[in-house]
Amino acid sequence: MFWHQQLGRRGFLGRGAQGVGAYALASMMDAPSGFAGPNVERWPGVIRPTHVEPKAKRVIFLVMAGGASHLETFDHKPKLMEMGGKPMPESFTKGQPIAQLQGAKLTCLAPQHPFKQYGQSGNEMTEIFPHLGAMADEMCIIRSLKTEAINHDPAHTFMNTGTTISGRPSMGSWLLYGLGADTDNLPGFVVLTSVGGGQNQPIASRQWHSGFLPSRFQGVHFHSKGDPVLYVNNSPGVTAERQRDVVNAVQQLNQLRDDVVDDPEIATRIAQYEMAFRMQSSVPSLMDFADETPATLDLYGTQGADGTFAANCLLARRLAERGTRFIQLYHRGWDHHGSIKDAAAGTAKLVDQGVAGLLKDLKQRDMLKDTLVVWACEFGRTPMAQGNGRDHHIKGFSMWMAGGGVKPGMTYGATDELGYNAAENVVTVHDMHATMLHLLGIDHERFTIRFQGRDFRLTDVHGNVIRPILA
Amino acid sequence: MKTSCFGFGLLFVLVTHSFADDPVDFNRDIRTLLSDRCFACHGPDENVRKAELRLDLENEAFAGEAPIIVRGDAAASELYQRITSDDPELRMPPLSSNKSLSQEEQELLGRWIDEGAKWSTHWAYIKPKKEALPAGESDNPVDRFVRTQLQSKGLVASAEADRVTLIRRLYFDLIGLPPTPEQVAAFVKDSSPQAYDTVVESLLQSQYFGERLAIYWLDVVRFADSNGYHSDEARQIAPYRDYVIDAFNTNMPYDRFVIEQLAGDLLPDATLRQHVASGFNMLLQTTSEGGAQAKEYEAKYAADRVRNTAQIFLGSTLGCAECHNHKFDPFTQKDFYSFAAFFADIQQPAVGNPATFPVMTDDHQQAISGFDERLSGLRKVTETTTPELEAAQIVWAAALQEKASSSAKLEAWYTIGPFRGESFDAVHATSFLDPTKVDLNASVGDLDWKKADHYVDGVLHNLDPVVNSARYFVRTIHVSENAELPVALGSDDSVTLWLNGQQVHDNKVSRGAQPNQDQVKLALKAGPNQLLMRICNGGGAHGFIFTPNVLGLPENVTDILRIAVEERDEQQKEQLAVYYRSIAPALQPVRDELVKLAAEKQTYVDAIPKTMMTKVGDPRVIRLLKRGNWLDDSGPVMLPAIPEFLGNLDLGDRRGNRLDLAHWIVDPENPLTARTLVNRLWKLYFGHGLATPLDDFGRQGTLPTHPELLDWLAVELIESGWDLKHTIRLLVTSQTYRQTSLISERLKEVDPYNKLYARQTRFRLDAEIVRDNALALSGILVHRLGGRSVYPYQPAGYWSHMNFPTRTWPTDNGDNLYRRGVYTWWQRMFLHPAMVAFDAPSREECTVERPRSNIPQQALVLLNDPTYVEAARVFAERIMNEGGKSPAERIEWAWRQVLSRAPTAEELQVLVGVFEKHLAEYEADVAAAKAFVSVGNRPLAESINLVELAGWTSVARVLFNLHETITRS
Repeated sequence: MFWHQQLGRRGFLGRGAQGVGAYALASMMDAPSGFAGPNVERWPGVIRPTHVEPKAKRVIFLVMAGGASHLETFDHKPKLMEMGGKPMPESFTKGQPIAQLQGAKLTCLAPQHPFKQYGQSGNEMTEIFPHLGAMADEMCIIRSLKTEAINHDPAHTFMNTGTTISGRPSMGSWLLYGLGADTDNLPGFVVLTSVGGGQNQPIASRQWHSGFLPSRFQGVHFHSKGDPVLYVNNSPGVTAERQRDVVNAVQQLNQLRDDVVDDPEIATRIAQYEMAFRMQSSVPSLMDFADETPATLDLYGTQGADGTFAANCLLARRLAERGTRFIQLYHRGWDHHGSIKDAAAGTAKLVDQGVAGLLKDLKQRDMLKDTLVVWACEFGRTPMAQGNGRDHHIKGFSMWMAGGGVKPGMTYGATDELGYNAAENVVTVHDMHATMLHLLGIDHERFTIRFQGRDFRLTDVHGNVIRPILA
Repeated sequence: MKTSCFGFGLLFVLVTHSFADDPVDFNRDIRTLLSDRCFACHGPDENVRKAELRLDLENEAFAGEAPIIVRGDAAASELYQRITSDDPELRMPPLSSNKSLSQEEQELLGRWIDEGAKWSTHWAYIKPKKEALPAGESDNPVDRFVRTQLQSKGLVASAEADRVTLIRRLYFDLIGLPPTPEQVAAFVKDSSPQAYDTVVESLLQSQYFGERLAIYWLDVVRFADSNGYHSDEARQIAPYRDYVIDAFNTNMPYDRFVIEQLAGDLLPDATLRQHVASGFNMLLQTTSEGGAQAKEYEAKYAADRVRNTAQIFLGSTLGCAECHNHKFDPFTQKDFYSFAAFFADIQQPAVGNPATFPVMTDDHQQAISGFDERLSGLRKVTETTTPELEAAQIVWAAALQEKASSSAKLEAWYTIGPFRGESFDAVHATSFLDPTKVDLNASVGDLDWKKADHYVDGVLHNLDPVVNSARYFVRTIHVSENAELPVALGSDDSVTLWLNGQQVHDNKVSRGAQPNQDQVKLALKAGPNQLLMRICNGGGAHGFIFTPNVLGLPENVTDILRIAVEERDEQQKEQLAVYYRSIAPALQPVRDELVKLAAEKQTYVDAIPKTMMTKVGDPRVIRLLKRGNWLDDSGPVMLPAIPEFLGNLDLGDRRGNRLDLAHWIVDPENPLTARTLVNRLWKLYFGHGLATPLDDFGRQGTLPTHPELLDWLAVELIESGWDLKHTIRLLVTSQTYRQTSLISERLKEVDPYNKLYARQTRFRLDAEIVRDNALALSGILVHRLGGRSVYPYQPAGYWSHMNFPTRTWPTDNGDNLYRRGVYTWWQRMFLHPAMVAFDAPSREECTVERPRSNIPQQALVLLNDPTYVEAARVFAERIMNEGGKSPAERIEWAWRQVLSRAPTAEELQVLVGVFEKHLAEYEADVAAAKAFVSVGNRPLAESINLVELAGWTSVARVLFNLHETITRS
């Protein structure tokens, strides 16, 4: 017998006419300054009802970590082609922050791959994305993004938390806190990672940390080797049944104790043990692609959950189906300081089919309409050459979104003629967050958490919803 | 906070202004309202101030011909009219601010104005003073204040907790370890009036007290074993932790503790300990990322120190004034950068690892002198010539002359490349051409060999950098007879050599090229030899240095040998003699001894703990950065100063330094320091602060629930000579502390958050103590104090996303697997996952309060982390060896060990059930039993029945997973 069935009503409703009373609520608060809400099995979210009608139910956020070059992917710059090999006009670069090219002579590097128009929309991208090109009409390409940090680590932190100061919640944590998740046996915020195609810049667990929010809102990082979720596998010599025996005994003894000390935290503990035990079987079944058709596996270009980007794309769909709110994929292979021609093509090859497969699969399952897919990187790359590569660049780069209430088949914003500064319809990271929250039904200005005496927002004190890209 | 402040608001109503007939108190009722709803536009930040109206300053709020507040007349006051207006154009706060005032709050403001709009300075900025103790029975001032307030609310204190609960509470709170059943029994039996105080005293004197309190302090100061940014490299700082533990154990006065940490290096005749303490200033996050701009990171480090130092000691959010004046508190941007200037003398690379220094004790010094004496004795022998040596030298020199004429001749290089691959690993593993069949005339793929006679020897040659690529180089070397040719190599990155088709050297590294990184001896055969070299590049620069040493001699010696004997001057003769002695066979035993001893010394020196310390130099120029923009150099230069509204240091013309800052922080006149500390100590023993949050004493914080008590304690701390143990003793010997944590129906209704302390608070143990408890119960906890950070079991691959360099967790062996959690290696980017599950912070920023979550990951850790499975097994060995005979007896014994009480019949039955079922199962599956009890490194007890042990291990796991086990009641 599963203990949660037995305890259910008694644990939560049997404590008084008002259900979970203020005392229970107080004990269940697991944060310092007053996060109210019952710490029961499924976190219901604090945004109830949503501020605006939600278009998206979940987000799949694809991070092209290392900083994919906008000039070799989505931002077509014929003028830069002309300027290839010539000095970069100083008017662009004077007094600007610069990373590894500090003090170097700056020359233009022509775009290394030809651009092509795809689909009815004519959305442009380079030929290194043959599969994704077929999905161009689903995509809304933004060519005018800018950010504030020029080194990988702070730039990721800014992209994820809206600030470069450590210790703030990441966007997945915000969403989980605001909206909860539609799953009882899997985490509501999952992170998947893959490598290949360039030097693998490190990624810190800070990027999916809940910051000053309680730990339950932290992203759970799935691993392709060893336990897919840390500590999810039983100890040697412990079968699922024996584990069940131990958990049952823990539950019974906790319940007996609760009868004496009347501590709502115990009911929560019991619920959490139940969830943990369920995760021990739901995670392996999530990771097992045996129930996918060969056609689906071919669509993504994967055989099993082997840690490749393609496999992670399929896992993302499986998580989306199971109710996870925020699924973040990192592909750590885009830091192309040298040989960018081959390197960009090589890395694109590792992600192209997977992401195109994901869009197509979501579409054919009618999930794209309420799944927001976002492709972004922590920054772009310089129009200037670094040998035969490009350096980090923050003043203008590209991202795209698809599904979840975003206008399909459009391109928004533009950089200047050399692809240096975002020039037209400039989009900040805060704007991106504001738009994402809006699509999920949240007014970013009304979604605040008090910490150190201040109301914090994901968008800090900035951010505007990018209305023209809303469907 | 709109949607999530439900609980918060509830409390606010209950505690702060529940009685409508109390006069309105500005600090208690009004300031927070004005701050929260009005200051964003009418506060200290001039950049966003609207209508030139400030409501944070009294003289401004009542200024002008027509002040918006008319004392004594709300109806005539524009402020009141505007907040109650129905006109959305006039109404304050405006809709666009997303802020609003409830009707109750409007009325409160109205009443305040009607009652005369009395204004007072924010409570936390007024120096605390001791009010007369309220009347009461208890001798303990804590109880007097708490009970007086309870009385006024019509409540009474709860009864004292039972003795078992009391002693467990004290043990976990004061030393972070469980009491043994014997300690519990002794206390339960001891009916003397001093029984309780005796336990408190013994725990305050325990060496574990310092470890327990350090857990908290290390969170506050953001102590970690890694740099934090990007590659998150390891740093050496463990001696600072030892300092903290020792300071707490020896009850160092808090004022001295603060001074030593902030400015130990500046104290006259600073001791080693004080220098170690000054490592405090180096606890910030640092980067060594390539391409990081020095100026940007200097600004980041300055801001980090301001933000955290103000938070750590003053409970203030001065960090909020980096880009603009503080929105709510009187901190200005100028204050921020003046504060930063105190730290401008600290020398450290903006990009790169901070320097570390050995923590050299007298014993160390003595041992090193011993080494040096013996070394210099040996060196003297090698430096002294003898007639025998001189004769041998002549023979040696003659032989060399001959060798020089027959030595190797190296032809020019040929090169081919780059060959590209998927990754550095792949490139290094790939043979792009066959080393046994190098044909200079044949193409390899679409590449051809090219003559490269510009690659002269001994010089760094930069190659065109191609990510993940390889280049090959080949040359012919002629010798007249078989000979050995020493070659020194430098490479960026990896280097591989083949001689005549045979691989003779392979070094897969990522590095920049430096001379003499690798030494290879080429065994040449008489005639032509083919040397093939491959240099692979991962990323960044690419290059090599190839330095053959034809005679196998240093260059200067070769040069001297070329000079005819009679033409050598004295200096050259001496150089040659010195060199000869360095290779003379007759001196070989002495040289061997020298090498051995030098290595011994090195090993000894390397083992001396090293730590980051504060090192000073000329102060960097600190400018006020407009909008926090580090690229903007136009702001004024700032000199060290304390926040202006708190006074000034009065140093005359002298530039202020960290010592001045530290003295100001611990000056009894400072209104913030003592309050900040006692509030946090209170939290440790009562579950939450008297003022919340613990990290904001500014206007956005709440008024303390017991302001007089907080102030009394703050003054007491100062008057006691900043005596921490005295203050803690005062708290934990109070009746308020000793109350039961069981809650009555009435308290559930009126004080669910326990802000009035009519009972104790119940909470989960901290991450480290969850671990310590299980290890202590099983008997494997190591009780040694201090030392380096350790690596207990951690899931494999958890560090796979770190890079530069890639790393694996170097799991420890032996005792170091079983040390207290406070010693676990603290990797900021990937903190140990069992720690993370139980809310340990990454320590990137000052953390004064950990959340206390209750999540499934905690269950997974306690169920499946080998640490707990192993501890359960070792505990099971104890159950079998010490717990009596029958299962019931043993369960009762184990229960008492873990929970300090006897199980009920029903509880006992549950465990009997688990034991019997699993015993039967493991009897049928001995292999499973063996696998189960073999988890962990610790050897099994000899001649123990494995099947039975497996059964008891299941029981132990249940006990270790109980909510009660990880809860402090």
